Amino acid sequence: MNDTGRWYLLWRKTKNNAMIAFAAACLVIAVIPLVLIFSYTLLQGISSLNLDFFIQMPKPVGETGGGMANALVGTGILLGLGALIGLPVGIMAGIYLAEYGNNPLGAAVRFLADVLSGIPSIVVGVVAYIIVVLPMKHFSALAGGVALAILMIPTVTRTTEEMIRLVPHSYREAGLAIGIPRWKTTLRIILPTALKGITTGILLAIARAAGETAPLLFTALGNRFWSTAIDQPIASLTVFIYDYTKAPFEDWNRQAWAAGFVLIALIFTISVVFRIVTRSRYEER
Amino acid sequence: MLFAIGVLSLVFLMGYEMYAGSGPSLAKFGWHFLVSSTWDPVQEEFGALPLIFGTVASSLLGLLISLPLSLGVAMFLSELAPRWLERPLSFLVELLAAIPSIVYGLWGVFVLVPWLRTTVEPLLRKNLGFIPLFSGPGYGFGMLAAGLILSVMVLPIIASISRDVMRSVPNLQREAAFGLGATRWETTKVILTSAKSGILGATLLGLGRALGETMAVTLVIGNRSQIAASLFAPSYSMASVIANEFAEATTDMYTSALIEVALVLFVVTVILNAFARLIVWSVTRRYKSA
Repeated sequence: MNDTGRWYLLWRKTKNNAMIAFAAACLVIAVIPLVLIFSYTLLQGISSLNLDFFIQMPKPVGETGGGMANALVGTGILLGLGALIGLPVGIMAGIYLAEYGNNPLGAAVRFLADVLSGIPSIVVGVVAYIIVVLPMKHFSALAGGVALAILMIPTVTRTTEEMIRLVPHSYREAGLAIGIPRWKTTLRIILPTALKGITTGILLAIARAAGETAPLLFTALGNRFWSTAIDQPIASLTVFIYDYTKAPFEDWNRQAWAAGFVLIALIFTISVVFRIVTRSRYEER
Repeated sequence: MLFAIGVLSLVFLMGYEMYAGSGPSLAKFGWHFLVSSTWDPVQEEFGALPLIFGTVASSLLGLLISLPLSLGVAMFLSELAPRWLERPLSFLVELLAAIPSIVYGLWGVFVLVPWLRTTVEPLLRKNLGFIPLFSGPGYGFGMLAAGLILSVMVLPIIASISRDVMRSVPNLQREAAFGLGATRWETTKVILTSAKSGILGATLLGLGRALGETMAVTLVIGNRSQIAASLFAPSYSMASVIANEFAEATTDMYTSALIEVALVLFVVTVILNAFARLIVWSVTRRYKSA
């Protein structure tokens, strides 16, 4: 090899290493905010978390202490309502897509489900306001539930579809071969096989919904008092975080961190479980 | 299995309801709504220009910061990283996407904004103050904070989709490049060319997310309806005006103007998402069938 060739090779190698270093640096920079946000929430959250947070009601303005017992229950109720409305639709649509969806209609539904998941949650809140709050003439837990349901549907639809697709074809054929009608094969053989995956998919959708704030601001509104009625405004963790973050009281800010910590802990646990379950699924294949 | 059609009609129902709900405002302001910059609930004069500007500017700023970074991440994860490192790192990037936006906002208010106010903004002003972009008083709350928060939030989306797209490029291309004696980076460049349109799709999806992002932006952007040249100035976005004022909108006209803002947001994000999904789909499918 002549001299210029050697220099050129060296230049290429240097450039190669530089670019690898650059890409790695990008990753490090990208991970820094995650670590910062996570560690801040962890530190601030744990240090401000106490038993009162879980079992006490919010105190009036100016008094320290108190908790968010009503918000925990409220978030639970909202998620329950959302799941009640959203899950049947999502699961059924998912089954349809996986079993009967290889046609233009299926493609259109799949496509719109993806588009739906990209619509800002605040817009979904506005829609829930129009279809539920306006006719009822006041804010209610039901409206919040509807908003969360709309947000859950695309996630549930797509994960259900994917999990059912993972069921080997031979199962389906075995069912059909011994003369079981198609709908029964789907219901009795395919669904139970895919159940584990679908369940985690549902949990994932619920976890996402648990972190939603925007659509609840003017549907469920929030409530400083104990309320479990679904036709009345109801408290939620996320709206409390929003209000307490904006509030000029240190004790409220502290509680916002605590609530953030509880929320993140909840969501991360579910994401990790989802990850583990789906991974073992993929590797079986 | 009618439920599938339910999902289909949901999108149209949403569009129609908002169109109907914004009727009064549509009738009164027409196209003027998009170009007027007065937002005065008392006089019932509504123009969304500053809001649109705030949304677009903060999203573009977010993209500007996160695009190079997320490309680097995607490249690293799909082409350069050793296998054992790849899985936990991908997982970490995906966890970023799972943090609720309100928590980003919480962190933004108590950590990012004070840091900007005391450290970054004075520094920028001292050194680059002659550019209008970096002039004026810095409160911490404002366009810069919103852009930074958005860049953190958008990054995992762009990175993970770009990674998927790059990975769907057939190994044959990699082997061909290596076979010609290319270095790792040169091979990556080949892959990047093949995945170009998919990466564009990923960027558009990220943009869609940034445009509609509400809570984190509302908390840090400063919420003042104005168009300012400086990055430090407080601003407003379409999503935040809805979040802040919807529950308090007293008159029908006020409410319908806000619904119209939501309608604009809806239409823009639907178009953007549809377009982006189509691109990502066609790219991954082309390689799957090949």
